[in-house]
Parts: sequence; structure tokens; C-alpha cells
Amino acid sequence: MKVLVPFKSVPDPNDATVAGAAASMPKSVINPFDEIAIEEALRIRERGEAAEIVGVTIGASAVDEQIRAALAMGVDRAIRIDDSRALDPYAVARILRALIEKEAPHVVIMGKQAVDDDSNQVGQMLAGLLGWPQATFVSKIEFLDNKTRARCTRETDAGLEVVAIELPAIITTDLRLNEPRYVSLPGLMKARRKPIEILSCDQLRVTVRPLTTTLSTSRPPKRAAGTRVDSVEELMAKLRGEAKVL
Amino acid sequence: MAETLVLIEHDRQHAKRPSLHAITLARQLGGEYALLVLGHGLDEIAASLVSYGACAVLVADHPALAEPLADRYATVIVEAARKQGAKTLLGTSSTFSKDVLPRAAALLDAPMVTDVLAIEETDGSISYRRPINAGSILATIKVEGDRRVLTVRATAFEAPAANAAPCPTERFAFDATSLPSGMEFISREQRKSDRPDLTEARVVVSGGRPLKDKETFERLVGGLADALEGAVGATRAAVDADMAPNDYQIGQTGKIVAPELYIALGISGAIQHLAGIKDSRIIVAINKDPDAPIFQMATYGLVGDLHQIVPQLIELIRRS
Ligand SMILES: Cc1cc2nc3c(=O)[nH]c(=O)nc-3n(C[C@H](O)[C@H](O)[C@H](O)COP(=O)(O)OP(=O)(O)OC[C@H]3O[C@@H](n4cnc5c(N)ncnc54)[C@H](O)[C@@H]3O)c2cc1C
Repeated sequence: MKVLVPFKSVPDPNDATVAGAAASMPKSVINPFDEIAIEEALRIRERGEAAEIVGVTIGASAVDEQIRAALAMGVDRAIRIDDSRALDPYAVARILRALIEKEAPHVVIMGKQAVDDDSNQVGQMLAGLLGWPQATFVSKIEFLDNKTRARCTRETDAGLEVVAIELPAIITTDLRLNEPRYVSLPGLMKARRKPIEILSCDQLRVTVRPLTTTLSTSRPPKRAAGTRVDSVEELMAKLRGEAKVL
Repeated sequence: MAETLVLIEHDRQHAKRPSLHAITLARQLGGEYALLVLGHGLDEIAASLVSYGACAVLVADHPALAEPLADRYATVIVEAARKQGAKTLLGTSSTFSKDVLPRAAALLDAPMVTDVLAIEETDGSISYRRPINAGSILATIKVEGDRRVLTVRATAFEAPAANAAPCPTERFAFDATSLPSGMEFISREQRKSDRPDLTEARVVVSGGRPLKDKETFERLVGGLADALEGAVGATRAAVDADMAPNDYQIGQTGKIVAPELYIALGISGAIQHLAGIKDSRIIVAINKDPDAPIFQMATYGLVGDLHQIVPQLIELIRRS
């Protein structure tokens, strides 16, 4: 079985957490949900169910560092689609469709959302464009029937749901699927020598133009800092009196 | 014909209230709007939707739609949007619409904007405001082309009034034999709860990592929520540690809540969690670390050990 894992490079979400606000130049990392997708592909290969894992990302050469990280985790082969524009999810989905038609994987595993843009669209759009089944927000994957189907547990608003999907299919990952391994230094050194295949949209014969553009950005209004209370009684009094919420 | 088609979500008995908030955006956009509901055995749900000022309630009622499988649902939604000539397909952010609507967008060859908070008008054209980066930035997005798919944040739009003259309900006919069949529903976790729905509750009590285990979590977080007739939420750390089920997770990658009262027990205040609670009216934080970031946005902060404080609080509420 061949597994394709698309991944995105994003500002490190833990940087922003530490600083309390986005730092001026946070370092880039593989989107955490995509890292979970890579980890899952590795585990599938380690159980002997996959023969090859292909990682793909879209961007300029700056994202090569995250490609190295994916290779160091254990991805067999990496492709960078060279496009430095500010793409929207639909444009990304159309580019990935072209690559998937070329690579013909049995299953595509990817993050449910990128933590910078928070759109949660690409996997589902890709499934729609390809006419493939989809299992989104997945916390467990098992292959069935000689790997012609997958049984997936999904994290939904109403709790866990189980679906069976025919392959090829798109699976998007949620947080509980696994805990990604750490990249070892020797792994990183070895990954430096692995080649990265670079493709252009022209080579993939796909012309896309983003249909959404960001006109401006702003900071949301801050909540005013509140009051400290010293006891449970004082808290209750505030909630009853001042806040009128009890 | 309708300019806008609004996808309504239900739990087999009722339309989900947050999903009605998308109607408020449909009204702001102007023009006629139709409501669309999919499933099986929908008569009562459809009847409950006739007074929201829509031009019609479209009902796709068929055994093949008994479970919300994305491939079938997207196909039917797209057929309905095409027949209506709808320029905008709208839903409310939830795992249901996030699963189905991007797929529908691709089939419609239309771009999509997730989590719309507000619309803005610049030079006669409409753009959409949405949160990015765990809500730390608001972006204003322009969309090209004559079709688009949007999901709204229920917490950013009021519930619509149901006081219009009743509109017709129309059965939406489609060819069930030609629906995709590559997805099969197997099962859904059945968990009975007498507590209110997290995204609709007036009071939400959430717990974080120091709640230790399921029993402690239920006794303290659940106990306080019950005393206040509220819902129970959790941080990712609590869900990862199996103290609470996944659908309790609040935040950037979980549920978004905006209750009258949010009580955070042993929660540090990571931006990923704050992203889901920012619009709550009153936030109470109980944390033993006086420097925990949650205190910077809490309306009322109490420094101390939750294992001592929460039982006292439950006791005080029960006595009054
Ligand atoms: C991709 C990604 C997505 C994420 N999505 C989400 C999300 O949707 N929602 C979410 O919540 N998180 C999310 N997170 C995780 C987030 O970054 C934090 O790790 C998490 O919210 C921390 O949970 P916590 O506050 O329970 O735990 P901690 O950060 O460990 O905080 C525990 C707090 O409890 C206090 N405490 C300890 N003992 C006591 C006691 N006895 N009495 C009182 N207080 C005590 C401590 O002082 C501390 O402040 C995400 C992270 C990533 C990387």
C-alpha cells in the first residue's frame, strides 16, 4: 500500500503560547495535525501494511526544513510543489488533486486543520474533487478486507462515530490518533542526504488562482483584566451581585 | 429560487439551535433564503422551521440519508444549491458542517470561508471577518466569483426570531440510486446525559489537567456543573488523559462556547483553550498558580487548590 501525506509548514503554535501573543518571528514547524498524519503513516508501515510513504508540501524553498523533519521522522520520499503564492484551501486542494492523480496512492492521510489558518477544508475538498470517500477528525484507523476498506473512528460534536470507507480515500487526523515521535539527531543528519523532488504546477498541468484574499488583519479586542477574590464567599457574592449571573 | 441556501443540522428530534444562527447571516446578506434539512423521518423537524422567514424549507428525507455520510450529503446539498440557483451556501460551524460543506464547495467549484464572525461592506462588495491563529488574529477575507460556501460561528450571530408567516415545506426529490456508496455508517457512541448541550448552555464548568482521573473530574467538575445546572467542558490535556470524552474539548480545535458564566478549574489558559471561551460573558478562574495566564482574562480569579475550593463552592450553592 502507498500512503500519501500532505503537510503544511506553520508558525510553531507553542511559541505563541509561551509569549502570550504571536512572537515577531516564531520558528516554523510541521502543522501538528499533519505531524500526527505522518506518525500514523509510519505506524501503518511499521505494522507491515504500507510499503511506501510519500510526503508532499507546497511552498518555496523555506519549507525544506520541515520537509527534512518529515524525512527524518521516516517518510520515504518527499515532494515539494514549488509555489510561493498565498494559496487558499481550494487552490491547495486542486494542486494536491493533480499530484494524487500522478502518484495514485491507496490512502491519503492529512491533518484536519492547519493551526495558522484554522480553515479545516482541504481534506474534504480533495475528497470531493477526486470523488473519493472521506473520514474526517479520525482518532483510530484499521484496514479491513485485504486493505480495500478502512474502519475509522471519528471525533464528532456528539461523541465518537465509526465509519467504514472504501479505498482509495482521504483520512483527516484528530489529536487523539497518536503521539508523534521525536526526530533524532542522526535521523535529521540522514535526512539531509535524501533528495527532495521539486515539481511546479506547470509540470502537474494545473493552473489555479486563489479565489479568496486576505484584505486586512487586526487584533481582536482584549478582555479587560478582572478582579481577584480572596474566598469562595466573596466569589459567590460577586457572581450574585455585581455579575448577576446566579 | 433562493439567493442563499442554509443547511440546518438536527439530532433526529430537533433542529440544533446553534445551526439556526446561520439564518441571521442569511438575513444580513439580503435576498431570499431557503432552509435545507437532510435525514430520514424529518416531518417534525421540518415543521419547526417554517417561521424563520425563509422562502421555503427543503426537506431531503430518505432512508439513504439516515446517517450523515459526507459523500451522499454533499451530493444532495449541491443538487439543492444548483436547483435553487443559490449563490451562497451557509451553515454553522460544527463537526457536521465542517465534514460536509467543504466537500460540497469543491463539487460546486466554489471557495469557502470557515468560521465567519461578521460581514463587512467595502466599496459595495462584501467581505468576511474570521478568526485565524487560534483567534489571536482577525482576518478580513474577500471572495471572488459568484458562488461561495460559508460557515458561521454560532456565538457571533444572534438566534433568529421565529415570527414570520409560515412558509411552505417542499420535499426535495433526488435520485437515491445514483448517490455515492463508498462510505458506510457503523456505529455511534451512545452516551445519555441530562446536562445541557455544551454549545447551548448558560453555564459551563470546565476542568484541566489537575483533575487527575475520570472520577475526580466527574465529582468536582460534574458536581459543580450540576449544582449550577450547567454543561461540562474540558481542556485538551484533560481529554488526552482520558478524564473526559473528546466532545468535551473546548478551544481552537474543539468546541467554541460563549455562555453567561464560564468556570475554569485548574486550567492554565493556553491560547488554544482561550480561543474557545473568549466570548463568554463572565469567566471565573480557580487556579493555584497566581501567575497562570487564565487570570489575565478572567472576570473573577480565585487563587487556591481546586480540591479544597470546589467542594466548598458546591456546598455553598446547594445551601442557597
Ligand atoms: C495543535 C494543538 C491544538 C490544541 N487544541 C486545543 C484545544 O482545542 N483546546 C485546549 O484546551 N487545548 C488545546 N491545545 C493544548 C493547549 O496548548 C494546552 O496544552 C492545554 O489547553 C492545557 O490544558 P490545561 O490547562 O488543562 O493544562 P496545563 O497547561 O497543564 O494547566 C494546568 C493548570 O492547573 C493548575 N493547577 C494544578 N494543580 C492545581 C490545583 N490543585 N488546584 C488549582 N489549580 C491547579 C496549574 O497551575 C496550571 O495552571 C492544543 C495544542 C495544540 C498543539
